[in-house]
Amino acid sequence: MQAVMEAIIYVAEEPVKAEQFREIFPEEAPDSIRQALAALVEGFNARPGGMCIREVAGGYRMTTRPEHHEQIRAYLKTRPGAKLSMAALETLAVIAYKQPVTLAEILAIRGKKSSTALQTLLERKLVCILGRKEVVGRPILYGTSREFLIHFGLNSLADLPTLEEFAQMAGDQL
Amino acid sequence: MCGPEGPDRDFMESGEDLNLGSGPAAEGSGLTIRLDAFEGPLDLLLHLIKREEIDIWNIPIAHITEQYLEYLEIMKELNINVAGEWLVMAATLIFIKSRMLLPPDPVRESAAEDADDPRTELVYQLLEHQKFKNAAEMLYTREEVENAVWNRPPDEVLEDGNDVIAVTLFDLLHAFQEVVRRFESQRVLEVAQEEVTIERKIEEIRRSFLVHDTLTFSSFFTAASSKRLLIVTFLALLELVRLREIWLYQQKAFEEIQISKLKESA
Repeated sequence: MQAVMEAIIYVAEEPVKAEQFREIFPEEAPDSIRQALAALVEGFNARPGGMCIREVAGGYRMTTRPEHHEQIRAYLKTRPGAKLSMAALETLAVIAYKQPVTLAEILAIRGKKSSTALQTLLERKLVCILGRKEVVGRPILYGTSREFLIHFGLNSLADLPTLEEFAQMAGDQL
Repeated sequence: MCGPEGPDRDFMESGEDLNLGSGPAAEGSGLTIRLDAFEGPLDLLLHLIKREEIDIWNIPIAHITEQYLEYLEIMKELNINVAGEWLVMAATLIFIKSRMLLPPDPVRESAAEDADDPRTELVYQLLEHQKFKNAAEMLYTREEVENAVWNRPPDEVLEDGNDVIAVTLFDLLHAFQEVVRRFESQRVLEVAQEEVTIERKIEEIRRSFLVHDTLTFSSFFTAASSKRLLIVTFLALLELVRLREIWLYQQKAFEEIQISKLKESA
């Protein structure tokens, strides 16, 4: 079972979820699938190879190890992709920690208009619309997407450090 | 405290949109810079507080206000579009400053001294802002790490790693329409010449793909001297697509259509 799992994680373009393996192995109990996955990940990552299996956005994904990035980039002849601006990252941080959140609430925290940054985040599908707030004007509520988790290599939002840690840091910095 | 040199320019030049040599050069140049795209008034205040190593719980508000207004002045000099929130913050600072000058309200109990400090709200706002700046830094680091990692690319990716989109019939018709329009606007006179058949045109296109791997759609039409030839060329390309000898694609929607050969057309 582990060998098949490894092969599927390799060919998949998106992180493969444990539930998806249940369809492949209908005979197996969910528990034994989970155990096999855990054993696969542990065994795979224990070997000193160039690849690793990571838990991203609630699924499993095979990637190269970050320490080889220079040689890989030299081979691929690529430069790092377009990174997000600091304004976009700040807006994204507010959305990630305060979701669901409206544009007005983002403005209150950042002390400046954030519609351009928000537009970028929506275009890059890192942020999505969660609905509307039931207050006067019914403003749009924003939240982070699955693409957000993938982009930042997070398994779930719970992987993010708590806001208290950043508050502590802020207290030390100022 | 602040030296005679005035506000430093580091802060101003840290943004991506700022691209100026010096202040006076921008004057009257009609050049406007959008500062709001990267930094806000809270960023400036945090910058000033850090630079001057000010205790955030005891901000010398008169001094900070003065510095803040100096920056606003520079921005005006540089012809930077100062957004409304910069002026709101200036007003807030001046308001706090004036309240600091008033004697404490004798009616209130002295126990509420801390809550009475007109600076408190601003301090919490600054701390909150710094908190999210730190969170943004964390995201930045994570993005760096993710940029150093590759997973298996999807199959439809070309060798150069660029995602491409297959061309729809509408894209193709639109591109052809453009070709005809360009032809009609440039040539008034159609010269009668020998008739080129589709078969001959196909052979011609195959020959050009012996030399080139990729050609643009429009390059096949530039030399055409009659509308009939345009149509023959277009049909020849379609036939070669049907025979799976070439394929048409775009780097992005509405961009120039590229044509690549699929196999050796022997």
